[in-house]
Amino acid sequence: METTVFLLTVNGQIEGANFPDYDNLYCKYCYVYGHDWAPTTGLEEGITQIASKSIQSHRLIWNFPLETTFKSTNPSGWPQLVVSVYGPDVFGNDVVRGYGATHIPFTPGHLFPFLRHTRTIPMFVPEPTWRLQSWLLGRRPEYTDPKVVAQGEGREVTRVRSQGSVTVSFHIMTKDMKKMGYDTGPSTPSTVQSASSGWSTEVESYAK
Amino acid sequence: MASSSEIREKLRKKRRGLQDSLVKNKNDDDAQALVPSAKFKVDKQPTAMKNAEGNDEDPGETLRRTLRAQRQRRKKTLLEQSLVQECHDAEGVSIAQGCSANEGSSHRADDSVISTRPPTGSQRDLSVRSEHSSSSKHLDAFVTKHLQEKLKAARSKGESLQQQEASAASTKPVSRLKRLKNRDTVTRFDSEVDPVSAGRHEDPLSLRSRVKFREAARKVGKDVPTAEETYNFFTYNHEPDQPSQLDRISRKRQRRREKVEEDRDEDGQAEAEVEEDAEAEEDNQNQNECQSEEAPLVRNEDDLFVIDHSPKDFVEVKKAEYVAYRKRIQRDRELLFTPSFQTVPTSIKLPENMKPRFLEDEGFYVGDRPPISLTNENILENRILKMAEGNKWFGDDGKIIALPDPIKESSTRPPLFHVEGELDPALQTVHRKPFKSKYANMYIAGAADPEGDYQLDVDVSGMIFSHHPLFSREHVLASRLAQLYDQYLSRQHNNLTGHLTDKLNGLRNALRNMVKIHGEQGSSEALQQRISEYSLEVRSTRQLRDTEQEKDRTLLKSIIKVWKEVKSLREFQKFTNTPFKLYLRRENIDRVLDEREYEGEILAEVLEMEAESEEEYQKKLAEYKKQLEDWKLWKKKQKAKRKKKKKKKKGQAQDDTEEEEDQDGSESDEPFEEGPVKPKPPDRPDVDSMEQWVREKASRIRRKPGEPILVPELSASGSITSSELCPRAEIARREDVSRRSLFIKIFYNYKEVSRTDSRSLSTDFRAHFGQIFNLKILNCPQSINLQVFEEIGSSCSLLAQVFVPVPDPSIVTGSAPMEEFEFSSNQRVMFDHEGVGSDVPLSFEPDGSNKLTLLTSGKLSCCVSWGIGEEGVPLAPPVSQQPGATHSGRGHLDAVSYIGASGLYDMKKIGEWATQSRLDPNDPKNTSIMQLLKVASSGEVTAPDYFRLEHLQEEFNFVTDEEIERSKRFRLLSLRNQEAPEFRYYKFVPLLEREISDKVFQDYEKRLKDGEIIDTREHLDPHRALVAKYLQKIRESVINRFILAKHYYQLSDLVIEEEIPSIGSEQLQTRPAPVIQNRSASWNVSLPIRMRILGINLFKLAESKRPLKPQRKERKKVTAQNLSDGDIKLLINVIRAHNIPIRKPQSNKPGQSSQSAIQGSDWYLSQVQVRPFVEVSFQRTVLQTTTAEGPNPSWNEELQLPFSAPNGDYSTASLQSVKEEVFINIFDEVLYETGPSDKERTTSIHTQIEKHWLGSVKIPFSTIYSQSKIDGAFKVNTPAVLLGYSREHGSNSVYDHWRSTHGGMFIRLFITIEPQLVPGESVREKIKEVQFESQEAERLLQASERFVKDAAESYPDRPCITTVTDLSGKTVFITRYIRPLNPPQEFLDAFPNNPQEATTLVARFVSLIPSLPDQVSFSGTCDLWSTCDQFLTLLAGDEEEHAVLLCNYFLFLGKKAWLIIGTAIPEGPTAYVLTHEQSGYFIWNPCSGQFYDKDDTFCPLQTVGCLVNSDNVWYNIQENPSPLSTNFDITKANMWKPFFSRSFSHPGLSSVQPEELIYRHTDRAAAAELQDRVEKILKEKIMEWRPRHPTRWNRYCNSTLKQFLPKLELGRGQDVAEGHRLELQNLLGDYRIAGFPLHLPFSEIRPIIEAVHSTGVHHIHSSNVEFALAVYVHPYPNNVLSVWVYLASLVRT
Repeated sequence: METTVFLLTVNGQIEGANFPDYDNLYCKYCYVYGHDWAPTTGLEEGITQIASKSIQSHRLIWNFPLETTFKSTNPSGWPQLVVSVYGPDVFGNDVVRGYGATHIPFTPGHLFPFLRHTRTIPMFVPEPTWRLQSWLLGRRPEYTDPKVVAQGEGREVTRVRSQGSVTVSFHIMTKDMKKMGYDTGPSTPSTVQSASSGWSTEVESYAK
Repeated sequence: MASSSEIREKLRKKRRGLQDSLVKNKNDDDAQALVPSAKFKVDKQPTAMKNAEGNDEDPGETLRRTLRAQRQRRKKTLLEQSLVQECHDAEGVSIAQGCSANEGSSHRADDSVISTRPPTGSQRDLSVRSEHSSSSKHLDAFVTKHLQEKLKAARSKGESLQQQEASAASTKPVSRLKRLKNRDTVTRFDSEVDPVSAGRHEDPLSLRSRVKFREAARKVGKDVPTAEETYNFFTYNHEPDQPSQLDRISRKRQRRREKVEEDRDEDGQAEAEVEEDAEAEEDNQNQNECQSEEAPLVRNEDDLFVIDHSPKDFVEVKKAEYVAYRKRIQRDRELLFTPSFQTVPTSIKLPENMKPRFLEDEGFYVGDRPPISLTNENILENRILKMAEGNKWFGDDGKIIALPDPIKESSTRPPLFHVEGELDPALQTVHRKPFKSKYANMYIAGAADPEGDYQLDVDVSGMIFSHHPLFSREHVLASRLAQLYDQYLSRQHNNLTGHLTDKLNGLRNALRNMVKIHGEQGSSEALQQRISEYSLEVRSTRQLRDTEQEKDRTLLKSIIKVWKEVKSLREFQKFTNTPFKLYLRRENIDRVLDEREYEGEILAEVLEMEAESEEEYQKKLAEYKKQLEDWKLWKKKQKAKRKKKKKKKKGQAQDDTEEEEDQDGSESDEPFEEGPVKPKPPDRPDVDSMEQWVREKASRIRRKPGEPILVPELSASGSITSSELCPRAEIARREDVSRRSLFIKIFYNYKEVSRTDSRSLSTDFRAHFGQIFNLKILNCPQSINLQVFEEIGSSCSLLAQVFVPVPDPSIVTGSAPMEEFEFSSNQRVMFDHEGVGSDVPLSFEPDGSNKLTLLTSGKLSCCVSWGIGEEGVPLAPPVSQQPGATHSGRGHLDAVSYIGASGLYDMKKIGEWATQSRLDPNDPKNTSIMQLLKVASSGEVTAPDYFRLEHLQEEFNFVTDEEIERSKRFRLLSLRNQEAPEFRYYKFVPLLEREISDKVFQDYEKRLKDGEIIDTREHLDPHRALVAKYLQKIRESVINRFILAKHYYQLSDLVIEEEIPSIGSEQLQTRPAPVIQNRSASWNVSLPIRMRILGINLFKLAESKRPLKPQRKERKKVTAQNLSDGDIKLLINVIRAHNIPIRKPQSNKPGQSSQSAIQGSDWYLSQVQVRPFVEVSFQRTVLQTTTAEGPNPSWNEELQLPFSAPNGDYSTASLQSVKEEVFINIFDEVLYETGPSDKERTTSIHTQIEKHWLGSVKIPFSTIYSQSKIDGAFKVNTPAVLLGYSREHGSNSVYDHWRSTHGGMFIRLFITIEPQLVPGESVREKIKEVQFESQEAERLLQASERFVKDAAESYPDRPCITTVTDLSGKTVFITRYIRPLNPPQEFLDAFPNNPQEATTLVARFVSLIPSLPDQVSFSGTCDLWSTCDQFLTLLAGDEEEHAVLLCNYFLFLGKKAWLIIGTAIPEGPTAYVLTHEQSGYFIWNPCSGQFYDKDDTFCPLQTVGCLVNSDNVWYNIQENPSPLSTNFDITKANMWKPFFSRSFSHPGLSSVQPEELIYRHTDRAAAAELQDRVEKILKEKIMEWRPRHPTRWNRYCNSTLKQFLPKLELGRGQDVAEGHRLELQNLLGDYRIAGFPLHLPFSEIRPIIEAVHSTGVHHIHSSNVEFALAVYVHPYPNNVLSVWVYLASLVRT
């Protein structure tokens, strides 16, 4: 039997990052979601180009698109976007510069710039047990799995240092959420209009 | 000057603009200016101190003082002037011109600093203006020019200063002396005055900003500034720069002072002053000089304000100062002190006229003085003598007082020699088990985290003494009076008397009514009852009222009495000490009414009394009658008895006297004891006396009729006689009182947390504190204790302690009322003055009688409550967290409302209680209860029978519990959350209820049901089923234990960190080559790589490019998390095999087979003896190698088998619990040529391929996973008999012969998992951190931990175990497992004369117990060791249990046996058994029952880690751990490191094993039944596996084979004889037969099926094939079963 699902479409982009001390960074992203979620289309994981800072600005720009649709039967385990930033250290070793995670916004966001969801994810890196380690070995400690940062269990054994931030913008669309009894968004009258299509308003401009 | 007015105009405009902006700063600036001056004052003192020494200081000091005075004065005038000036500003310049010369000069002097300020109407400015041309540009020009001049001036100033200083010594302008005296104000100290005026002019011109200005000025000086720059310059708000300025000033001052001193040295004081003056003068001059160009100097020096010197004054460039040597020495002498080396004469060191006294000579002990050289001592003494009170450093003997030399000649501490860390046992650290501190676990949960802060507010408001030792007599009385009055007030407030009177009246009325009704309607039983109840009530109420009234009366009386006493005392002592005054207010009342009431009352009472007494009388009478009756009866009986006794007595005459006496006694006692006294008839109540009594009582306790009501009023308005008028004793007392002060210490949980300020004791013995202490608490409140301390002078004493109850969480600050806590102290205090003391008898009577003893006591008013947080949240811990939350010592809280507030009440109970105790509904105390009951009864509120904590929860439940339980979706979600195995990885729990099929739960429910019902069908054997259930239970309990451990994370679980390499270590060399990622290839040359390039690659140069024996490189490890199906492959590299049995020629029909038995030397070469290939099956994937030839084939092929984890879960735990095994089977490929007929054979050949199973190796996946790779030669399990094959190779080679007889088949394999998985850290490691409880001594555990750690450090590849976990999860020392245990008796009896046989029998028995790795059975938890009896009951265990059992059996048989902890292939870390016999050492594999000679190269044991027996554990510290080269002589200390040594002896650990093992005989019938069932199942299975071919069973062969099997069992699997094979061959001559017996220990049916399947017998598809199958189950004691399956395929030829 075909199970009833609701859909969540995440569009957006990893806009860039602010790492004052580092340059030539690239970013990897992946999603962490619960048992009742599955991606239907789009890339679940990705890696950006290496970006360098310009002379004028300290921001790194990736503008890396995200486009994934999830189906789900249960809002528990709502997807989280996990980003991890890597770049070379003084010796040229590729080391991790930050991990961060954020939940995909719940509320459908519009394509208008003033209503979209922009998240600035503060980043952090695990600290080495031995201070000189990164110097001697040229490697920083890394999480066994970047997905660790989206989970709560076992984090207490690590020590982290905060480091820069990554900005991600999202455009969110949901389908059938309301039908299933999950009301996430502000109920704007315009959504009622398009309720027949199943997708919330923002879909209108997107899907048609 | 004509344009001057224009200029003025412009300037004014400009000025106004500026001023507007500045006005608001003006006042501030003034203040600012003053502040630095104040600071300056402070600053200059230390500098002055530094310079001035000794008597030099005085003039400086006086000078300064005068200056300060001057300054103050001037400041005042300046302020006044400034006011004036402001007016001038407004009026215009013309008026300003008229300014006093004074001011003008001041400004002029100022100019040096503030030349550029806007004009403010001063004279100087005017002059400036007049000099310059008219435009504002000109002004700018002027400014710049002026600045330039400034700079110049500064330079010249510096020069002049220098000059001046150079000449200072010689020039002495005496002439100025006089002037100095007139105006000693002219110093630079005045500088701070200046800003007052300066600040008025322009904002930035405060003292601090001047330096900035100077800089700006300098800049200006360099080139002519633009207009803009100048404007900026003007308007720029300069930053304060105070320190440098101050510095400068102070430096300058210092310098000058120095100079002054120098001068003074030569010329004396007066001259110094002159000098100073001169200098000041000079400075002034300089300034004036600079200004002279711009402004005319107004010299009026007498009252000239020499205002600040410009900063430029301080810029000085001068030559290095030279001071003559002589002078310097002289100066040094003043400053420095060099103690002489000369010995100080003793007389100086001692007080005058004293002779040195030598204690030593007097016989006192004087220790050795610490050695000190004589010179140093002299220097020290000289130095000390220079000091004030230097003498006190010297002892009586004239020497410096010194302690004896503390250094001892020899060490008193025993030397510590660290030999291998073994300390003297006496010096060893003693480890104790930690015990819990009393408060250890009483932390309030969440108190540690920042939000969870709890705060107790202790409000100590004050205290009053009801008695104090310093009370005078009057005080004692007064306090008594006060107490009585308090009591009176509280009684008045309660008005019990009135209440009771009302109640009495009400009752009487009711009674009267009732009697009336009763009289009219006739009595009923109930009514009667009620009347009597009522009258009873009336009586008791009356009595109560009487006592209350009496109390009131006596209280009033005693108040008056005490007041009289006070008055008389006051008169007597002629002074008043207390302010108390008692007024008695008279309330007149209507006499007649009163009398009537009184009489009525008495009458009613008398009537009642009469009625009562009548009733009483009646009752008594009735009783009397009854008693009389009884008495009479008794009397009669007694008489009869006595008669009887007398008769008896006669009969008993012969009894001895004693008895008689006894009897007599008893007889005589009887009437006294038992006989009731004859009752007397009760007297009739006397009514008259009753009335008399009532009247008497009334007069005693009640106000007489007509007597006015007296209302006492106590006031404290009286005056106290002042101390002067008091006698001396009283004065002393009062003084004593005033000396005392009180403070209170607050103890929380017996720890002092705070204390109040000390407050002096007031004359009325009260102290007010009014302090609130906020205690932020972490520990649960246990006690709050306030200690009252009294302070007399500096000493303080504890007066009393007050314990305050811990408040309920509901009591928060603000709402909590103040409470009074009484305290007292039993300290005895006596005084010689008027104070009465404490615990001292005291009398107020003149004759000293009626003594009182009063103790210090009082009341402390305080309040403890929980604090309130910022948002009004009470900072109290939740109720549930308070252990012993029964601090219900709150008297003021009504019990019921208190309970009701927290929501736990039982209405029924309260109702019952209320009716039982007959609560008075009118009592105000009971109102709340009554109301509650009323509400409860009216509103049908049924009290719940249950206890509910959150009674509001129901409001928030949006569906009922049943409904939510019924929800399938909810159930699914919660089961998944509980990690029920079926749902652990369940994905997509459907969104809608209807989409969840009921099937989902079927498995789960079945499993739950199976928990109870044992499925015997699957287990084939009821006992096994039971065991399986038991195992399941243990497993569950153990898993529960390990849940904690599983969720315990370590850093390494989460973070990958490169380990720190020890340079040059092996680790670095074997590290995986860095994977160069394309993402950053260009940068990926890291430091360690470079290190490696430098270090290791040097070695690598020497290495051959293609080494002959390449080492396997370690691969990158992959964590299991990000894997999915198909990612993991099992790599099996089949290298080669040895000693494969060869086909036997069919002897009876030569020529039939492709091989013929050709005898001779070329047979070996020509024969295709065997064509073996290897087939690997895993998870039903089957792969095979190519076919090789010969008995020692070499394949060297890699096979890749896909691996999929159960449920697609690639987590470590899941992988660890994979039970599947890798089967590696060796087959012989046999080609048969078959043709339709002989004719066609020439043209076509039909070959038929058959594969014959030769042997197999099973490797559990868990082994591969945990070891990540397996590499080595495995012994192939070969059947005891292989029909058609022979082990003898027919070779004559001795080596081959030896091998063929000995070893059997071997196959060399390399197995690994691709990609390499991080082997799950066995939970054992984690358990160590979780630390299960252990019964072992702490010391032992520590020692074992150390032992294991050391072992792991020195030889990481050798396993070492000292402690193991038993089935209950406790840590047990390993030696406890070893103990001689009896094997089944029948084994011993079987071969009474052949111990060797018995040994092998026992080993076989042990090997027949099924092996089940712990890792599998406890799904990745840990290695648990069961004891032998548990093992035999469970009938499953891993190598360790087998080994322990075998070792224990061997010990019982009298062998020397040890447990070997080592590694073997394929098991990995395992346990074997070592025995020592005459012929040498033998190593036993407990799981196979085979034994190996120590020197056997094919022994699967690879490493010997340690040896264990019941006494000790020895760790192998030999170089080569392989058993071949290991010396097993454990006595050799350089080869074996014992755990228990001399330093740590064996503590006599008792064994955990049972004393004796009890065996059950196995039911043979059950075995036979099992045998049939197995056979049936196997036959079915084989047929099932051949779905497209008919399976024919050769019954004849079946039965023949069946006969062989018991023989095989008897022969214990050894190749008994060729006999039966031959027999078979003979019998089945027509068939080509291939077959073998399989032998298995029995645990379940599944492994048997699996084993049969793996042989692939069923794969023979030739049409004429027949099968034969025989099963034999041999029972051993305790349900150990040996299963034989004989499989054969027969092809008719």
